[in-house]
Amino acid sequence: MRDISIEFPGVKALSNVDFQVESGKVYALVGANGAGKSTLMKVMAGAYDHYTGSIYFNGEEVSIRTPRDAKNLGIEIVYQEVDTALVPYLTVAENIMLNVLVNKMDKKVFVRWPQIHKAARQILSRLNIELDTNTIVDELKLAQKQMVLIARAIAEDCRFLILDEPTAPLSNTETDELFRLVRDLVKNHQVGVVFISHRLPEVFEICEDITIMKDGKVVTNQTLEGLTVNKVVEHMLGQKLSETFPKRHVHLGDVLLEVNNLTEEEGLVHHANMNVRAGEIVGIAGLVGAGKTEFCKTLFGALKTIDGEVVLKGKKLKVTSPYSAVTQGLALVPEERRREGVLVEEPVYSNLSSATLSKFSTPLGFIKAAAERLNAKKVITDLGIKTPHDAQKVAFLSGGNQQKVAVGKWLIADADIYIFDEPTKGVDVGAKHDIFELIGRLAEQGKGVIYASCEFTEILGITDRTYVMYDGTIVQELETKNITEEQLLFYSTGGK
Amino acid sequence: MQVSIPAKTKKAKFGTQSMNFVTKWGSVLAIFIIFAFFSLRMPDIFLTTSNMISILRSISIVTVIAIGITVSLTVDGFDLSVGSMATFADTLVISMFVWHSLPTLPAILVTLAVALLVGAFNAFLIVKVRIPDMLVTLSGLFIFEGVAMTYAGGGSISQGMPRLDGTPTFGVIPPFFKLIGSAPYIIIIMVIVVALVHIFLNYTKYGRYMYVVGGNKEAARLSGIPVERYRALAYLLSATLATIGGIMLASRIGSAQINAGAGYLMPAVAAAFIGLSVAGAGRPNAIGTFAGAVLVGLLENGLVMMSVPYYSMNIVKGSVLILALALTYFKKK
Repeated sequence: MRDISIEFPGVKALSNVDFQVESGKVYALVGANGAGKSTLMKVMAGAYDHYTGSIYFNGEEVSIRTPRDAKNLGIEIVYQEVDTALVPYLTVAENIMLNVLVNKMDKKVFVRWPQIHKAARQILSRLNIELDTNTIVDELKLAQKQMVLIARAIAEDCRFLILDEPTAPLSNTETDELFRLVRDLVKNHQVGVVFISHRLPEVFEICEDITIMKDGKVVTNQTLEGLTVNKVVEHMLGQKLSETFPKRHVHLGDVLLEVNNLTEEEGLVHHANMNVRAGEIVGIAGLVGAGKTEFCKTLFGALKTIDGEVVLKGKKLKVTSPYSAVTQGLALVPEERRREGVLVEEPVYSNLSSATLSKFSTPLGFIKAAAERLNAKKVITDLGIKTPHDAQKVAFLSGGNQQKVAVGKWLIADADIYIFDEPTKGVDVGAKHDIFELIGRLAEQGKGVIYASCEFTEILGITDRTYVMYDGTIVQELETKNITEEQLLFYSTGGK
Repeated sequence: MQVSIPAKTKKAKFGTQSMNFVTKWGSVLAIFIIFAFFSLRMPDIFLTTSNMISILRSISIVTVIAIGITVSLTVDGFDLSVGSMATFADTLVISMFVWHSLPTLPAILVTLAVALLVGAFNAFLIVKVRIPDMLVTLSGLFIFEGVAMTYAGGGSISQGMPRLDGTPTFGVIPPFFKLIGSAPYIIIIMVIVVALVHIFLNYTKYGRYMYVVGGNKEAARLSGIPVERYRALAYLLSATLATIGGIMLASRIGSAQINAGAGYLMPAVAAAFIGLSVAGAGRPNAIGTFAGAVLVGLLENGLVMMSVPYYSMNIVKGSVLILALALTYFKKK
């Protein structure tokens, strides 16, 4: 690909990018949020038709303007959101053979199911995946769905496979399984793989060459040999990396929150014990799937508690719904911000007041519009939310700024306990720093903060004390200053 | 080259700007165009004070019922049972007068109380039993229509008419009640309803919560908003508004007719959806719905005057709805 540029209304997403892939190799494509990685790969997969520049295939210039063009050349892409590409109520076989069913039927009218299943089974065995082709895709786990998509890519003559952040939702064993698959594809089928990821250790584990992007341009194009994680981060940021955890000195107060034996209805969380002191930031560390999100939601009343008690300031809480949790002094910044945290179709100011609207209303329920807007402006400056004005729809903000809105709406809630579930997911470095600052400030005000994350560096950087979750319960309590990332990983993977 | 590029973008910008203008104000523009068209075609019968009043009078019932639908739309629901509710209210309030000789105020209060029960029934099925909104209210459409008819004994009710089993009736419809359905009062009621609902939706926290629930239920729930309470509230309000529409209808026709309210459902749905596009709101709102009702009412009135047969009018009404929806959704792409 040579000299690729593309523009969207108001943004130049890519400018003069050169990129090349050889078959039989794994390439890493990394960069901060908004660097243009996904856009570049979408151009390659034919998702856009308004770019400029030229693409060569085997030395010949080709035109890729539609997904069909890309597929004909053997370029397949597996997008980050696997669910958008799968038909949930069809079987594994039908999903794998979907393209064949759609495009290769020609004049045939009747589908010959035994053949379809046989072909699907062959593909799966080629990839060493054990999966019944009769299973309905809806029942599969996330990692398995990804495998189905990769299998679909292979079903057609695939020469280049693009994986857009494939490991983000996967657990460690699932990631290993995926990597085994990728290595197999590269070695035995001579496929060229482009691997987009934020997780640099993985990049070093599986890739040979790396392309680093920043602001729609390629910073460097080289082999991974001789590079270090820190070097790569420097390239991504364009500046020296200084770990950005603001230091604070807070005097810890009395125990604010006590959780005893908390158990969720379906056992997603069971027998969990913890406590939080005033001014303390308590980490909940654990791998994906350990039950951190479920723990936060159970505490907040979004999942049903069947056993255990929650005591806040010496008073036993009765939390039956998020509504009752809020009225009793809890606040949750959820993980899935677009789905759970913000209202994308609403302006920034009404998002920022959505959890605390009573503060801006007269006793009769009329909204004090001026007060509401004033608060919105204050929060926007306090958090450094980048938005042209406070009436902008949240849908048009970047991921990091959406997250700041999701956090910002709780700031004036006067809650005693703030629960953050993966607040830095999909957020760029600058916004991360702002969010850490903010959490620090809450602690300074004597609030209790629960910080759930699978990013261990963050847990180590920001918390005072950490609980490790494994398999739905809290298995370990640790003073943060005495531990290392390796120890956290040890307990998170079930070590005792 | 360098000269031609800015010119090109400028032109494109102008294109999108005028497109934006059309999607934003298209339905309002349509009202003016239709108004001007009929005024020029039939200046001496269309453009008269009495006809203007008659248009406003005829749209007032549609508007009130459409506002009910609008409220259900704000929480991302859809109340299809409003037409049948109006029929039911019509039957009930007339029977209170004719069969039970109640004075105006108690009769209206009884009718509103029953309406709240019916709204609670819808809300219960939607919020607690978790049947999708549209299916519950579609079933409600049949149930309430049937209940109204069964209650009336399968026929209409009017003053002096004996009941089905032959018992004579002595109740009269009070002249005060008949005032409700006559101009200017019926128009005043409509204006008050529009204004109150507009204030409720835009200037109170309850209205804001309803939009939030409609925008994203999960986010609303995790913001600590009691989502189910507001969904239930929306259906109670839509039932109440449909009932007010039914009472206005009863007063206007002075009797209870079989399926009297059914004919209001579709114009009301049209008005509520046209309302989405007015001023580029993109969401259900009272003023927009009123504009939608004006549009539908103008068309109906003008077409009748041009002696378009009633059976062909639905073609025009349906087409206008499609046009308005195109304005709302085309931009969203």
